[in-house]
Amino acid sequence: MVGYNQCGTSPLACSPELDVLDKSSDTESTMQVSVKKDANGRNAASPPTTLAQLREGEAGTLDRLDVPEDVARRLMELGFLPGHTIVPARSAPGGEPRVYRVDGSEVALRRETASRLILRATPKPAIGACKS
Amino acid sequence: MSDCHDCSSCAVATAPPPVRATAKPHVVAIIGPPNSGKSTLFNRLTGLRQKVANFPGVTVEQRVGRAKMNGNREVTLVDLPGVYSLNPRSEDEQVTRDVLTGQMQGVPKPDAVLLILDSTNLGRHLVLAAPILSLKLPTLVILNMADDLSNRGGKIDTGELASQLGAPVALISAAKGDGVEKVFQFMIGTSAGTASLAPPKVELPILQDVPRCRQWARDVGIGAAYEAPNPPLWTRRLDAIFLHPIFGPFIFLAVVAGVFQTIFRGARPIMDGLQRLITLSGHWIGNVLPAGVLRSLVVEGVWNGVGSVIVFLPQILLLFLFIGILEDSGYLARAALIADRTMAKFGLQGKSFIPLLSAYACAVPAIMATRTIENKRDRLATILIAPFMTCSARLPIYFLIIAAFIKERPFLGPLLGTQAAALLGLYALGFLAAIVTARLLKSSILKSERTPFMLEMPPYRMPTLRSLGLRMYDRSKVFLHRAGTVILVCAVVLWILAHLPLQNGKPPDISDSFAGMIGHAVEPVIKPLGFNWKIGIGLISSIAARETIVATLGTIYGIEGTENSVGLQQAMQNELTPGGAFALLIFFAFAMQCMSTIAVVRRETGGWKWPAVQFAYMTVVAYVCAMLANVAVRSGIFT
Repeated sequence: MVGYNQCGTSPLACSPELDVLDKSSDTESTMQVSVKKDANGRNAASPPTTLAQLREGEAGTLDRLDVPEDVARRLMELGFLPGHTIVPARSAPGGEPRVYRVDGSEVALRRETASRLILRATPKPAIGACKS
Repeated sequence: MSDCHDCSSCAVATAPPPVRATAKPHVVAIIGPPNSGKSTLFNRLTGLRQKVANFPGVTVEQRVGRAKMNGNREVTLVDLPGVYSLNPRSEDEQVTRDVLTGQMQGVPKPDAVLLILDSTNLGRHLVLAAPILSLKLPTLVILNMADDLSNRGGKIDTGELASQLGAPVALISAAKGDGVEKVFQFMIGTSAGTASLAPPKVELPILQDVPRCRQWARDVGIGAAYEAPNPPLWTRRLDAIFLHPIFGPFIFLAVVAGVFQTIFRGARPIMDGLQRLITLSGHWIGNVLPAGVLRSLVVEGVWNGVGSVIVFLPQILLLFLFIGILEDSGYLARAALIADRTMAKFGLQGKSFIPLLSAYACAVPAIMATRTIENKRDRLATILIAPFMTCSARLPIYFLIIAAFIKERPFLGPLLGTQAAALLGLYALGFLAAIVTARLLKSSILKSERTPFMLEMPPYRMPTLRSLGLRMYDRSKVFLHRAGTVILVCAVVLWILAHLPLQNGKPPDISDSFAGMIGHAVEPVIKPLGFNWKIGIGLISSIAARETIVATLGTIYGIEGTENSVGLQQAMQNELTPGGAFALLIFFAFAMQCMSTIAVVRRETGGWKWPAVQFAYMTVVAYVCAMLANVAVRSGIFT
């Protein structure tokens, strides 16, 4: 069972698909202390590392966009800039796409995109500040 | 068939009317990010004096209008696509850049620019000011939604912003019309050549780098004492209902069902009335004109042919009224959000939902509505499957065949009879064909990286009557023009083919006419489907537009061609086997018999390749499925 908190510096390697429990490892893990996960697939205790792991209403600060350049540009034009604070709002039924409040507007993204937007380790609200 | 190809090409050629050549017009371009109220301002300034075409050589829509200044002076306004930057990444941005720098052929370089920004979201929207102002054209910076800004407690010092930017600034509300006179004053100034360019106080960012531009916009905003407004409370409250995990989908389904019901049930009496009016006026014209060739051509050819299109106008108007209300209010973005998961299963996305819904009325406006889909491949896939949706032009032949061949019995209790069930089944068939095709396309030739779905949720707003009226006027004009030209030409061509060659100076028997010869020629091909040569003529005429088959069959059997005609039902019962009737329904469900659609697909995809592929694919599917249906019924599978 791989949790996001163990991924260290390469969050790219942990796509949400990897997080799916398979039956064989499930039997082993019954011996261990089970780690509680919430609906976003995140350990309850650990801080969120991507936008997709933020809970509704919980603020996070964007660190970088792990997407192709043209997609990153579009996202940045919509307000998803490094340093900006993002707050997840309501989602479509079924949990995605979700609306995110960012830079004065609301933009809906699918989970696959949100999970590529990496948050800063210690969330500090710093609206508009930008990384050179 | 070749005649119909001719009429489609001339319909396309007549689409962009030539610009009236006067003394060099004063050209003003309107530019702004999406959701800035750009179209509202454009409509406010031009009213009905506008036309829609495409920029030459591309599929980007060009709206050009004329604004009357006081006196007789006129300004030509060009509405540019909504963009966030001028970096030529997308076709929209490329076109915007080319127009503003005077590199777009056939579009004169603008003399001045109206840059419209949402004042409630100024931090982000000001980013566009940097590349626009560095073009050094006389520019008015318009801060729209002034009413929203003050209602929600936001503030801006427009004088300070103007001196920061070195450009005049106007705080307006385009929807209410507040402050629009400042826009006129600016245009009067630029057309008289008195506008002067002040150098901006702040240095414009040279690199078009988003973070840097955003930082620049933030500094400018701080310099102009900009206070962002509070969050839109009403939007939050309404979203709590419309995006509620349980109520949300229910409201969504209710909205879709309501739109459907109104388009079909609500429009019915108006359409019937219109049909009666057309028939009556046809009779009246018939009485006025002397008997002979002219009367026959005018009444049977022109009047009935054009009438068969005008009859669908109420549906088109209602559809665009609904789409207008949904779009202007902001609900459309929520609907796309809710539909996205389902659409993603078929390889499409939430933005494909509205065009496909529109396609139930008519594929032509639906295909025009795909312009909101930025991803080229998703857009193309949506265009290619839209004609499978059961459009209203299929209904006349559906009604005729179902009434003639399916006995009305209770099917699922008393609520759903067999005839209604058959009709629903045909709707389901079209939908099934569409999603299967979408899957096929998206897993083969239109395979694309799932491009991220990014959709801005605009705040909810009250739609204005003015904007709804303009939209209906505009779209019905386009619809009538395009469909009317195609139908008119084809109706006349069919009439001529059915009345020539003359035998002893008289029109021939239908079997000996050119139309009859064509029907006999195609009979071997359509025989496996259970159709004879008369149905063949109907099929060929319906390549122009589906609904013409009923009128054509009426002409062939010498009976007034309406779907309610008992005489025509009897003729069908004599003419078709049950297998043939079933095959005819299946054929109409799948075949792309619509010149207007072919023409609009050619226009929207920029060439003949996609309409040709689409026509071939749909015809093959229709032919094979109809043949299977005929064989299945004949061999008694359904008994």
